[in-house]
Amino acid sequence: MHDVTLIVNGVPRHARVPARRLLSDFLRHDLGLTGTHVGCEHGVCGACTVLLDGRPVRACLTFAVSVSGQEVTTVEGLARDGELSPVQRAFAECHGLQCGFCTPGFLTTVTAFLRENPAPADDEAIEAVAGNLCRCTGYQNIVKSVHRAAELMAEEGP
Amino acid sequence: MTTRLFGEPVRRREDARLVAGNGRYLDDLGADALAVAFVRSPHAHARITGVDVDDAIDVEGLVAIYTWEDLPEGVREPLPLLIPHPALTHGRTAYCLAKDVVRHVGEPIVMVVAADRYVAEDVCERIRVSYEFLKPVVGLENAVEGPNLVHDDVPGNIGAHMVQEVAHRDGRATRDVIAAAPHTLEFRLDIERSACMPMEGKGVYARWDADDRSLRVYSSTQTSTSVRMAIAAKLGLPLPKVEVIAPDVGGGFGVKIVHPWPEEILVPWAARLLGREVKWTEDRREHFVSSAHERAQVQHVKVGFDDEGRVLGLDVEILHDHGAYTPYGIIVPIITSTQLLGPYKIGSYRVEFFSVYTNTVQVTPYRGAGRPQGVFCMERTMDKIAQYLGKDRTDVRAVNFIQPDEFPYDQQMIFQDGRPLIYDSGDYPESLRKLKDLIGWDDFPAMQAEAAAEGRRIGIGVGCYVEGTGVGPYEGGHVQVTSDGRVHVSTGLTSQGQGHETVFAQIAATELGVPIEKVSVVTGDTRRFGYAVGTFASRAAVMSGNAIALACRKVKEKALRIAADALEADPADLEITDGMVHVVGAPSASIPLATVAVLSNPLRYAFDEEAKRATQFATGGGMDRPPVAEGQEPGLEGKDYYSPVRSTFASGMHAAIVETDPDTAEIKILRYAVVHDCGKMINPMLVEGQIHGGVAQGVGGALYEKMVYDEYGQLLNASFMDFLMPYVTEIPRIETDHLETPSPLNPLGIKGAGEAGVIPVSAVVAGAVEDAEKIVIDRMPISPSDLYALRDSSRTSGAVSLLRNTQ
Ligand code: FES
Ligand code: FES
Repeated sequence: MHDVTLIVNGVPRHARVPARRLLSDFLRHDLGLTGTHVGCEHGVCGACTVLLDGRPVRACLTFAVSVSGQEVTTVEGLARDGELSPVQRAFAECHGLQCGFCTPGFLTTVTAFLRENPAPADDEAIEAVAGNLCRCTGYQNIVKSVHRAAELMAEEGP
Repeated sequence: MTTRLFGEPVRRREDARLVAGNGRYLDDLGADALAVAFVRSPHAHARITGVDVDDAIDVEGLVAIYTWEDLPEGVREPLPLLIPHPALTHGRTAYCLAKDVVRHVGEPIVMVVAADRYVAEDVCERIRVSYEFLKPVVGLENAVEGPNLVHDDVPGNIGAHMVQEVAHRDGRATRDVIAAAPHTLEFRLDIERSACMPMEGKGVYARWDADDRSLRVYSSTQTSTSVRMAIAAKLGLPLPKVEVIAPDVGGGFGVKIVHPWPEEILVPWAARLLGREVKWTEDRREHFVSSAHERAQVQHVKVGFDDEGRVLGLDVEILHDHGAYTPYGIIVPIITSTQLLGPYKIGSYRVEFFSVYTNTVQVTPYRGAGRPQGVFCMERTMDKIAQYLGKDRTDVRAVNFIQPDEFPYDQQMIFQDGRPLIYDSGDYPESLRKLKDLIGWDDFPAMQAEAAAEGRRIGIGVGCYVEGTGVGPYEGGHVQVTSDGRVHVSTGLTSQGQGHETVFAQIAATELGVPIEKVSVVTGDTRRFGYAVGTFASRAAVMSGNAIALACRKVKEKALRIAADALEADPADLEITDGMVHVVGAPSASIPLATVAVLSNPLRYAFDEEAKRATQFATGGGMDRPPVAEGQEPGLEGKDYYSPVRSTFASGMHAAIVETDPDTAEIKILRYAVVHDCGKMINPMLVEGQIHGGVAQGVGGALYEKMVYDEYGQLLNASFMDFLMPYVTEIPRIETDHLETPSPLNPLGIKGAGEAGVIPVSAVVAGAVEDAEKIVIDRMPISPSDLYALRDSSRTSGAVSLLRNTQ
């Protein structure tokens, strides 16, 4: 058993877990943060994407023990002071989700992407979400949501 | 009316919680529950000769191991055959845990309950099952021609055989009509297996309350009411002691309408037996090998037609692969057979299918449910006729269309709901006109020639379909207005992302004249509504939407009656706007709906302000009448059911332009256009979303997805790495246009929209690739390597690859 401490959404969180505990399971089952979803457990769908020190990683391919001490942002940590982030609002506004199961992975991915590229061209927006699977939306409104989020962020400033 | 919301692109009410990570899907529940894992068969066909658990029982955290022998009466019988049919002479279903023989890779044999899923899987690894191998049956033609049997007592592996024939007007049989037709064509079509693949797999979580002697079960299902009935029956519990709830569900597309899944019986059974909360969450590999697939068919087609391309006779023989078991009957090939006719008047029609066992995962409906195969058949036929006659493909379709003045149009067959196949409304010529405009059909030849001049190959394809939606028998709605003015709507069917909380609230808000913020909607919770059928067959909006509208009308009638009393007005002069009941044209003579709710109940403890305020209104009756009049009930609520005489028929047409790479044979969809008619739209934004998602799944089925079984019945691509579902990069921009021909069959004039997008895509893409390559495309999906091989074989055979009119 190992002591794992992570700064999750700005708060230090600790649990004692076996070495094989995946970060996705650690977040969901040990910390009760069930917003991060698991769609394939083998790194392909992107539903489990969280930000590790600000960069998107697949929590289902990461051992919790291997990232002890690092900062993790999950979908639960995207809102600020109870207000949804521009990316979250854009997805809701553009009908960028249906069942919502893939959505947390898209939201974290897009959040990190727009920090680096705040005004993406269409092909860049598409490229940004090209590693995440969604079975419901046909992606049309997801791409729209990326652009809308960029707009909202530009309007609202940092 | 200011509160009219029906027809508006209202934003979804479920999104606030879902984008915040506050959705509650199955695996998000039951933090302290024990976890279940299964030992599943690694063999496609084998007799189980022993299960050895010696190495497993010492694993720390193990709670229980069960095999079929451990199961009590009720749980140990074969699972139910949900939809029997006289033609299904040899229906067979699986056991919750395999008894003696396993018939596909993935069939559950041993159930393990442990402290968590990691431990449960450790235990599974240490359990040794011994097998005697039996010969596997893989592939449709092997199944019907070969000597091996999936079930010993099913000769020829044929589960069902059915023939339907609609003779020519003059009484001649289809085959005679074809023989006498001016032109005939004969060909074979192949469609591969795909699957629903919702991003969330299945899952079940159960807790037994020993004090209350009741069971609460959560399941990622498309039908909580039926799962409830199955559990009560199988576990021998009184129905009121079982409640089933579908929490947030991460997609369904058909696979979650099957019930009960073995796990839906086993998990609640174990929870009660152990007196502990128990949960099973399906992992992705389990979903591939133990849920359900669909689509695979081989079709032999003969068609006779005249010089105009009018179909005089169509004769289709279908081999349908239903996998190892038939829990859902033969609904898929029945739908293929009946919906194959599409928007056309076919002179005479004969369809025969054999539904066949193989040692593969069972086949149950996947979005479209047999229609994509039927449409593939019909639309390939239309293309071939056009090619043969040297006519435009849309002209051949147009001469065969049912005309707008011919509705209701009786196709003279029996549909999936056991009712006559009568189309209620539609306007196919107008749909085609819109589609040709949208894609620029008439300008395409010039564009193609231009591309050819640059050495590029592009092609255009078109596909039409009619989809029976809103099948019965019924759905219900319950609407209650409470004294705080809130409106609580519930319906029994479930949601998997369609946005029911939004569209049903739109309907209720519109019907009752209240702000949508006051309305909340609950679906799929048997504590709130006990009678329902489920969410499938594009039926939820039609069925529950209308039921809720009818329930609202009852509530409104009662509200107006009570308000009329209080306002000393005639109910006929009253209207509700923004939650206020008022005299039409005199808004000052008004009373809030909340107050009406208080007045509806003679028991008026003044718990809230509204109840206090209500005391200013004197109501009804003198001392000689009971406080609740005969035939009345306290409270402002209403319940009603909608039960249609038959399905309502939506329709649509798609077109695509594709480009194929002359060297690599890569296929790219350049443009994709959809014209869709689902009657009146409740929320156009959500209808479009449904179309987008459907088209994407259709593109997957046309170009990428297939279940690859080897000769031993091993599924070789049971992961997202190897089963190629489209990412954003594979889906073109989807251009849409709508037509609204209301259904005359239901009060709201609506038709279903859930499945539409997926239905014609394979047919459209096949036509477009064929047009680009001038090579016959008769099987789907088509990968670049398939196309490459086709090019090779058509070159070496030296044949003129497309059919030509040689007369
Ligand atoms: S669950 Fe991690 S990538 Fe699919
Ligand atoms: S919204 Fe359902 S998988 Fe993306």
